[in-house]
Amino acid sequence: MTEPNDKSRRGFLGAAAVGAAGLGVAAIAPGLHLIEVSQASAPSQGASSKVRWGMLIDTTKCASGCDACVKACNTENGINEVLKDPRQASQWIRKIDLKDPKSGIAHSLPMMCQHCEHPPCVDVCPTGASMKRADGIVLVDRHTCIGCRYCMLACPYKARSFVHMTLTEQNPEVPRGQGCVESCTFCVQRVDKGQIPACVEACANAEHNAMLFGDLNDLNSAIAQRVAQVKTTQVRADLKLNVGVRYQGI
Amino acid sequence: MMIQQQTKTDDGAFYFALAVGGLISAIGVAAALYMEIMGHQVSGMNNQVFWGLPHVFGIFLIVAASGVLNVASIGSVFGKKAYKPRGPLSGLLAIVLLAAGLAIIMLDLGRADRVIIAATHVNLTSVFGWNMILYPVFFGLVGLYVWTLMDRSKNQYSKTVGTAAFIWRLVMTTGTGSIFGFIIARQAYQSAILAPMFIILSFAWGLAIFLIVQEIMYARSKMELHPQLRARMKNLLGVFIGAVLYFVAVYHLTNVYYAKQFEFTHFILVSGGIFPLLFWGGFVLLGSVVPLLLLYAPGFNENKGSVTAASYLTIAGGLFLLFVFIIGGQAYPLDMFPGMQVTSSFFDGKVDSYTPSLPEILLSVGGFAIAFTMTLVGVRVLRFMPQDDVAKLQSAGYLHD
Repeated sequence: MTEPNDKSRRGFLGAAAVGAAGLGVAAIAPGLHLIEVSQASAPSQGASSKVRWGMLIDTTKCASGCDACVKACNTENGINEVLKDPRQASQWIRKIDLKDPKSGIAHSLPMMCQHCEHPPCVDVCPTGASMKRADGIVLVDRHTCIGCRYCMLACPYKARSFVHMTLTEQNPEVPRGQGCVESCTFCVQRVDKGQIPACVEACANAEHNAMLFGDLNDLNSAIAQRVAQVKTTQVRADLKLNVGVRYQGI
Repeated sequence: MMIQQQTKTDDGAFYFALAVGGLISAIGVAAALYMEIMGHQVSGMNNQVFWGLPHVFGIFLIVAASGVLNVASIGSVFGKKAYKPRGPLSGLLAIVLLAAGLAIIMLDLGRADRVIIAATHVNLTSVFGWNMILYPVFFGLVGLYVWTLMDRSKNQYSKTVGTAAFIWRLVMTTGTGSIFGFIIARQAYQSAILAPMFIILSFAWGLAIFLIVQEIMYARSKMELHPQLRARMKNLLGVFIGAVLYFVAVYHLTNVYYAKQFEFTHFILVSGGIFPLLFWGGFVLLGSVVPLLLLYAPGFNENKGSVTAASYLTIAGGLFLLFVFIIGGQAYPLDMFPGMQVTSSFFDGKVDSYTPSLPEILLSVGGFAIAFTMTLVGVRVLRFMPQDDVAKLQSAGYLHD
């Protein structure tokens, strides 16, 4: 058999090895740490599994054309960026208008992360950034999300947005970031202080009172009592995700 | 003994090809860096179609990586002697295609700098999480397999390692199909048939790539592939193309009749604008029917050029199919309120459109260039050229079995 190109092959390998070594030296400089430990402080009190935060939306009270909840969400969570293509903009909560083509009956309702008990986004997340707190709030850890968007493929509610640009003027309590996926947090920064989500407050201020927030596990809570009394709907109930957001009137 | 031998290759041509491949790869990486800095606002992707052209090209390469290993498996696992000399090249291509496909997917991440988090976190309910195990083990097993094939002192282990690699590649492509198969939210996906369908897709795409690389290597070395060997391999490609058509047909039939996704299937196959056009014109006609004609029609079927053209068309058809599957599956709106007309500021109820931007195209093409460049270097530094002892194969009847 012939021995083709042995000399040139060795020459090529030698040159490649020198090049690779050079790159390596350049990359590892004194004082440069590849990994640094984050020094965040631990929260004093964790979320309780005794609580299941939920929301009940009465679509008979929700006014078509009113977007007070959307505006309040954007203000509270610092969603203020402007993109050339509106399809690339983040929408944590949006108003959906429904119309039954047969009867002509119309509904208007806010749609956001449904805070599933069995969230498909958490199932598919390769890094654990998508997570469910003990109290049922589904969140994305903005610091460990790699922006693969697999959770967006898995979410049946189109509830998640991908941040398409660099952000400025953020709310310090609501970290967001370019290249990460995000969604409604039930205003966790407010809930942990004993307040209600901004959208619910805005709906009440607009005198619609279509949104009720509370602990679904607490039988004495207004939301638990309403859910027990009236017929409520889970969107895509066929998926058996046991969502935290229920709708009344659809 | 008549062994076709590798001849001296042209240094100038090699370095020229290396420079071109390297340059296109570098442009692809630069395009990804640009998207990383500017954000995905410079892509054609949005919050409805968030997996775009890079995913089409990346997933194509990852699926083909598994399929191209088939050539080695047929030789050492199933004992077909005509395929044995092709084992090392098959293994090299498997490694190279997987690396290139992963490069595209990783470079498209919103935070590519954090990929180490995915590699060090285990979430077994995530198919992406499985992949963090499936891909590295595939690299390791195939690397070991190539070693046992190329080092004569380790040849005795090649069947064992080859069998492990063969099983692993089936598991890996089951995983790739399941990326979509386990998605309960969308009409296009959630189907058990996607796992076997992706395996058969890998067979066709991997073999098509192998045949092209083999022809180029033979042409560059001024060698001639024995016509009977070419005939065997082109017949196998024909069978795979037919099997792909069968699986894709059954996938759509189950969607219509079993899963009752009539409206979605109508959109993809009839009314969805670019998607039916790419499906019927791109995948079915150009990517399947024409290759089958080139492989089997009298007058074409013995022609070297026909087999190569059929292979290129099979690859193009695969890309068209994945485009329709991945982009079309997202462009069609989620059906949250069955039977209702839906409108919103977030484009609920609306079919979305997607046009890839230049950085996405450069990244996608760059991924193919990475595969090309790695293959070029691989076949240069080690002896991957399939060399046949034609007389021995012929006398033993191995050209026909």
